Amino acid sequence: MKVAIVRFPGSNCDADALHALRRDVGVDADYVWQTETSLAGFDAVWVPGGFSYGDYLRCGAMAARAPIMSAVRDFAGRGGLVIGVCNGFQVLCESGLLPGALVRNVKQRFICQDVQLEPATRRGPWMAGVDRTITLPIAHGEGRFVCAPETLKELQDNDQIAFRYASENVNGSTEAIAGVMNAAGNVLGLMPHPERATRDLVGGTDGLLLLQALKMVRTG
Amino acid sequence: MPVVRVSVTLKPSLLDSAGRTVADALHRQSFTEVQDVRIGKLIELQVTEVDEARIRQMCADLLANPVIEDFSYEVVQ
Repeated sequence: MKVAIVRFPGSNCDADALHALRRDVGVDADYVWQTETSLAGFDAVWVPGGFSYGDYLRCGAMAARAPIMSAVRDFAGRGGLVIGVCNGFQVLCESGLLPGALVRNVKQRFICQDVQLEPATRRGPWMAGVDRTITLPIAHGEGRFVCAPETLKELQDNDQIAFRYASENVNGSTEAIAGVMNAAGNVLGLMPHPERATRDLVGGTDGLLLLQALKMVRTG
Repeated sequence: MPVVRVSVTLKPSLLDSAGRTVADALHRQSFTEVQDVRIGKLIELQVTEVDEARIRQMCADLLANPVIEDFSYEVVQ
């Protein structure tokens, strides 16, 4: 089991993801530079947080058009597990792999704090193991999830909402949405950082509840 | 060489939190006639030729995100 951590210029949660996966989750992982065109040899894809391309034009807009994203799109189309965290979530929305968009937080502030997250479903490989409210850190200025009313209805009808902010809707997201999946459930995007909550030393291990999904992946 | 001036704005249905902050600042400076502020982007493209279908395609594919933004453009010779 090997996870591809896709790196763009400006990615900055790539090393956190690599260490959390290798040392705490217990799966192999390696970096894949954005100009690569193949994901051969990998069993899952992680699009990490950061400020890819300096957030030029819109958060995630440039990264979504990088060469590796065609391979990510094919990989997701074949049912492969893909996760986008924070800027990675923005990249997946910009690339059309996930619905909606992420815009400036309502209160205009960059928010860096722990949040309570309530799983909105247990559907799909990512959410199967998340059986309770979890605490993960967030760190973003543009994490307010928005989408058209008809898209929201689709998300609800297809059970695509993964997480909601539980205690307070910190960034003003539509329906307090913190994470969404594609219709098939194999692609997940979320603003909170599970890779920053995989050992007690850094304040908690709730991220493991979500990331254990990667241990269930059938390889080869 | 012709220049195409593309303007990209947040959809009216979306709260422009930055615009609201600027409106508050204007009010503090006694520009109380300001009812609302919306902040957008101005993108100037220098092109060898003007093909409006291709300009619209650039806007829809990259320069604007149709989920959250509207765009318009004008050709400035």
